Amino acid sequence: MPTAAGVEARLPIRSDMDLVWVRQHVRQAAAQLGFGLVDQTKLVTAASELARNTLVHGGGGLMEASHVTTGGADGLRLAFSDSGPGIPDLDRALSDGYTSGGGLGMGLGGARRLVHDFEVESVPGSGTTVRVTSWVTRPPRQREDV
Amino acid sequence: MSEGFARPVAGHVPVLRLGDVLLVTLQGDLYDSTAHQLQQDLSETIARNGVTGVVIDISGVEIVDSFLGRVLAETAAQTELLAARTVVAGMRPAVAITLVELGLTLPGLRTALTTEAAMELLAQPIVTSRSGGMREESP
Amino acid sequence: MPEHEAGGSLGTPTHEVRDFLRRRREQIAQRWADEPLFRTVFTVSRDEAVEAGKAVVDALAQVADAQRVEDPDAAGFSAVREQLARMGAARSRAGLSATQVASELAALRPPVENLLVADLDQASPEGLRECSTTLTVLMGTLRLVAMQTALSEVQALTDRQRLQLLEVATPVIKLWDGIVAVPLIGTLDSARSQVVMETLLNAVVEQHARFAILDITGVPTVDSLVAQHLMKTVAAARLMGAECVVSGIRPAIAQTIVHLGLDLGTVKTRASLADALGYCLHELGTNIVHTAPDGAGRR
Repeated sequence: MPTAAGVEARLPIRSDMDLVWVRQHVRQAAAQLGFGLVDQTKLVTAASELARNTLVHGGGGLMEASHVTTGGADGLRLAFSDSGPGIPDLDRALSDGYTSGGGLGMGLGGARRLVHDFEVESVPGSGTTVRVTSWVTRPPRQREDV
Repeated sequence: MSEGFARPVAGHVPVLRLGDVLLVTLQGDLYDSTAHQLQQDLSETIARNGVTGVVIDISGVEIVDSFLGRVLAETAAQTELLAARTVVAGMRPAVAITLVELGLTLPGLRTALTTEAAMELLAQPIVTSRSGGMREESP
Repeated sequence: MPEHEAGGSLGTPTHEVRDFLRRRREQIAQRWADEPLFRTVFTVSRDEAVEAGKAVVDALAQVADAQRVEDPDAAGFSAVREQLARMGAARSRAGLSATQVASELAALRPPVENLLVADLDQASPEGLRECSTTLTVLMGTLRLVAMQTALSEVQALTDRQRLQLLEVATPVIKLWDGIVAVPLIGTLDSARSQVVMETLLNAVVEQHARFAILDITGVPTVDSLVAQHLMKTVAAARLMGAECVVSGIRPAIAQTIVHLGLDLGTVKTRASLADALGYCLHELGTNIVHTAPDGAGRR
């Protein structure tokens, strides 16, 4: 079973079956770190969106989960990376309603609203990495977008 | 912590027929292919059997992402074309909050608290003027 | 150890430091008055800062006298504890981090040390070193006391806020079979809106409520953020198969909503909780018949 108990993990994303493992691992890791039910659900959903992006747009890749801490707060960081074609227009990809892979266009922009910190690195032609982090005891929200 | 987080469901989702209504119970985590398969199976069953309503019970589903959300919305729209109504029942609060945060409010979707409430809703005559529909607000 | 006596008829280094502090009370306080920690806190007059400095020097001397230079709980500190807390709090309010306050406290040591070195120029290197070490330890303890006090102040504030949060906890009231209501009182910030949403939606499941009423009579203002939260709650309730009605929209708030151009869109609103209840009952198929006070209007 690719999801060993624990928070740290590297999971391949190559098929829709891997998406299930990604979701299960994130759920289990978030529960272990003490996330509440709603926050767990948000994280798992964000992970599902991002993993599907990795699969559909990046042609497959990897999710790395890690336990991070800051000022006494526990967090779960998830990094999704692929070596696909990259995202040519990031701003557009992050705006709602934009889609290139046949969804409702909620992928990237939607996932961003479900986590506390969100970072994308994309090099056209060589791949994309999306890093998201959520905290168990929220730091004061710096997000001004609603 | 995740008691209901059962093994992934592969292949077919059982579809139960109760009179004119089809009852579909989704549970645990679904493969994308399973959800697609369900969408297809449902249309065929409706077309074959002259069903008037479909109830999709998702009380056992712990996450609905934009993919599954889209499958639900499409299934509903599809059954509508085949003159049947679809009600999605039992969505958990955490799932509903997450979907809204995600930006997916699925405005056209009929919903009910439980399968019983969904059955009752389907037993009511079809409301043509949308304003009268209880949980059928237009977007 | 005869060389210790070289500096004169000295007692222990601790008593030497105590005597030095008493002797140089005025000078130390004068020098401290120019340090940021005193200068920026006691802004009314320099004398005020000097007086505060003297109080701290006295406390240090008393602690040294009691031979408890390493003990933050020494009785001598109690006289200045409150003053130190006020100073720390004032610096925090000015925007300094705990680390910055700590380094301002550390900056109090060098002026004293310089005086000590000048004072004991007759003493042996050993004697001087011992006194200097004692002073360093004592100043370190002072820093500890000040930081402790500042931290307990923060703790007290947190406790107060937690209590306030509990006071504004969100009660869900069952009004009828299938109808629950949440009266919202006070300001709705992001975190609280989240709690309200979760509480209400959980109640919807537990009570099998087809209707949920959010009464905002007690909410002072509705801005676009609050409106957004209301709409999210309504949308989430709808996904679950319940209808959410917002009631208690006072004329002033209605005006603000229109003024800000906020679109409450699909949100069902009613002026009062009673109107909302009436609407829900009607939708549930229950009719309320008004009875005139004398009973004449009864049907």
